[in-house]
Amino acid sequence: MEFLYYMGDVFTPINFGLLLLGTIGGLILGATPGLSPTMTVALMIPFTFKLAPEQGLILLGAAYTSTVAGGAVSAILLKIPGAPANIATTLDGHTMAQKGEGAKALQISFIASAIGGLFGVFLLIFLTPVLATWALAFGPSELFWLAILGVTVIGTLDSSSVVKGLLSGCIGLWLATIGFDDIMGAQRFIFHSSVSGGINVIPALIGLFAIPQVIAMFAKGRSNVDAEIIVVQRHPIGDAFREVFSRKRALAIGTAVGSIIGLIPGVGGQIAGLVAYDQSKKMSPESAKFGTGHPEGVIAAESANNAMVGPSLVPLLTLSIPGSPTAAVLLGGLLIHGIFPGPALFTQYPEVVWPFINSMLIGQILMCVFGLLIAGWAANVARVPRAVMAAVVLGLAVFGSYSVGHSMGDVYVMAALGLAMYFLERFGFSAAPLVLGLILGPIAEANFMQGAMIANATIGQMAYFFTGWLNWLLILIVVASVGYSIWMELRQRRYTTKEDAQA
Amino acid sequence: MKKWIAGAALALTAMTGSAMAEGHGDYPERPIMLMVSYGAGGATDFQARIVTMTAGNEDALQMPVAILNKAGAGGRVGWNWLAQAEADGYTMGAYNVPHFIAQSIEGGVDYSTDSFEPIANWGADPAVFVVGADSEFNSMADVIAYATANPGGLTFSGAGLFVGHHIAALQLEKAAGVELAYIPNNAGGAGAMQAVIAGDVLGGVNNLSDAFRAREAGSVKILGVFDLERNAFIDDVPTMIEQGFDIDNASVNYRGVMVPAGTPQPIIDHLAAIVPTMFENGRVASRMAAGGSPLLVMNRAEVQEMWAQRQVTLEALLADL
Repeated sequence: MEFLYYMGDVFTPINFGLLLLGTIGGLILGATPGLSPTMTVALMIPFTFKLAPEQGLILLGAAYTSTVAGGAVSAILLKIPGAPANIATTLDGHTMAQKGEGAKALQISFIASAIGGLFGVFLLIFLTPVLATWALAFGPSELFWLAILGVTVIGTLDSSSVVKGLLSGCIGLWLATIGFDDIMGAQRFIFHSSVSGGINVIPALIGLFAIPQVIAMFAKGRSNVDAEIIVVQRHPIGDAFREVFSRKRALAIGTAVGSIIGLIPGVGGQIAGLVAYDQSKKMSPESAKFGTGHPEGVIAAESANNAMVGPSLVPLLTLSIPGSPTAAVLLGGLLIHGIFPGPALFTQYPEVVWPFINSMLIGQILMCVFGLLIAGWAANVARVPRAVMAAVVLGLAVFGSYSVGHSMGDVYVMAALGLAMYFLERFGFSAAPLVLGLILGPIAEANFMQGAMIANATIGQMAYFFTGWLNWLLILIVVASVGYSIWMELRQRRYTTKEDAQA
Repeated sequence: MKKWIAGAALALTAMTGSAMAEGHGDYPERPIMLMVSYGAGGATDFQARIVTMTAGNEDALQMPVAILNKAGAGGRVGWNWLAQAEADGYTMGAYNVPHFIAQSIEGGVDYSTDSFEPIANWGADPAVFVVGADSEFNSMADVIAYATANPGGLTFSGAGLFVGHHIAALQLEKAAGVELAYIPNNAGGAGAMQAVIAGDVLGGVNNLSDAFRAREAGSVKILGVFDLERNAFIDDVPTMIEQGFDIDNASVNYRGVMVPAGTPQPIIDHLAAIVPTMFENGRVASRMAAGGSPLLVMNRAEVQEMWAQRQVTLEALLADL
């Protein structure tokens, strides 16, 4: 209960001001396409130079918390996922916004984020030593099987058929091979200098999700100027709370999956949202409603990606290993004040660590409050005329892609992928499995190669990849997941639906 | 009125023109950009932000330095970009030796040591050999004894190919005369360290600064330093030479500032005179020490010599690959 003792530190005037600044700034920056949580936190590091250690970390903790949730805003309203964590949110969230339920979608996303986030931070507070050993249990072979588990999601994710889902997943896997291979040292498919560093996930995300929509808006906007003006429905906040708490299954699955996967260094944050979305879809009696603006989709995705925030810091705080890019930036924020993370951190610098963790706790609540305040107002974005909207989204897409590496190359990649995706969508392919392939490809490949190299030097590949209970557990889930997809496919040949995805 | 504005504009152009002609007397007139070829939060980025934080001071450049991250392909993306960047003195880049020299020898990139002009060096982070805290190995002799008994069976991690860790691994293999299994990690030094702590591999090459922190956290033992002398941060750890391996400092990760070749000589001279003093600032030194990052300030001439030496050593070492 030590964290309660330091709770007061968060509420001193300066610290609370910084907490508010971090939360509001984080929400705004998180909602800006292209500014991922990692980049937002990195942008704030220079401001912490002049602050006391705990003040700097309060700012960073609050900013980290709220950028993850802020990403949902552009995902829901503009269909631009701010970071890989928000991909799953677009699937149902944006469809809701198009139906005029933007306010509702934003409200439930912020509430689900806060609940998942609080749970994750409590895990960090109470179970850190236990979780640290769990984080280390994932070696190359386990990470490989985990990535394969992610691949099995591809077929069933948001496409008109399993085959098309798998095909777009394969395109994503191929795109992931472009660039320098860190393990064998080979240069692959570098046909243009823009892709010499490989395809960066953020510009790819922006292009694949936003550009097809921009083209569609321009195309429609010309034919009938004032057709179908969306009526944005008001949605009382109380109803949003009732809605979230009545969807207990999605909330529980999202929170649990986010907490568990978030813990795994290097993988968690990127796929937690998608895996949670897929799992709640498979376990829901209303699985056909997913993808058509079903609140459960938003709840599962958003509770998962915020639940990941707390556990993702466990490897950093206990083992001094930054498990994610954002954790690496936070490590910099600690080092600049001469604070070394590790088991001794909690005993040596309790006056720094606990306010930091508390700031994430309070930050979750503040983020939810501010999010709910702006939700009703922000949802009016859906009423903006199509032509204007298309221009704004295009502008944001270019800005977001450029800001990742200050490079026009990323903008070209974004534009080329977006244009290609527009035509693929016409044929019933979907962006989500493609992005998943792009994210999982390097994880699966690198871990397989590393595992194979270790195996060849030691016990042989069969023994390496097929021993240990964790490997078998993951293999079992992979088999179950594939079996379930085949069974669903045979039961209801769902080739026809999803016309609305092309809207 | 129009005439007056035109006249003023003309006068202004003439003034700036003459200033440029007279050897860039007013340099720098605007903030300077420092390209870092690794992502935000990495060791190079973190240190670059610290050593440039006093750039705006009266006794330094009198203009702030802005960090620009261009990450990708182990630094190749950023250095490729810098080699083509405008050589006007407002674009600088951070170098990592031996990384960029080894990459240019390997080929497939648009730069070599001739593409850049060094300004000054700020840090030197030697590679060290680490094993898990509960490992049976207590010295490099134990490690090599195991490797001799199990040829090719000693797995050890490092941060990728053609980086300091890889160079250190090659040197160790050559000096000990045994076959080792170097496992490059795609998640950089942090991923390589995690593999050691989790026991995925038997040992690893890693940065001294990161290994120092990991040892403070009680997760690893440090068995040897790939440098000519012991390091102040871990003065109880012997060098490889002390343990009987003929390994020099070729793998030490030097970090510093350079500009694209073709930058006007007066600007290079100006920077070369001021930047090292900026690195020696007391505030910089205390921040670097707090973060466990070894500071090593070298002037332009010393860096030129170091680059030339590395070019020769690395060519010889990588020729066997």
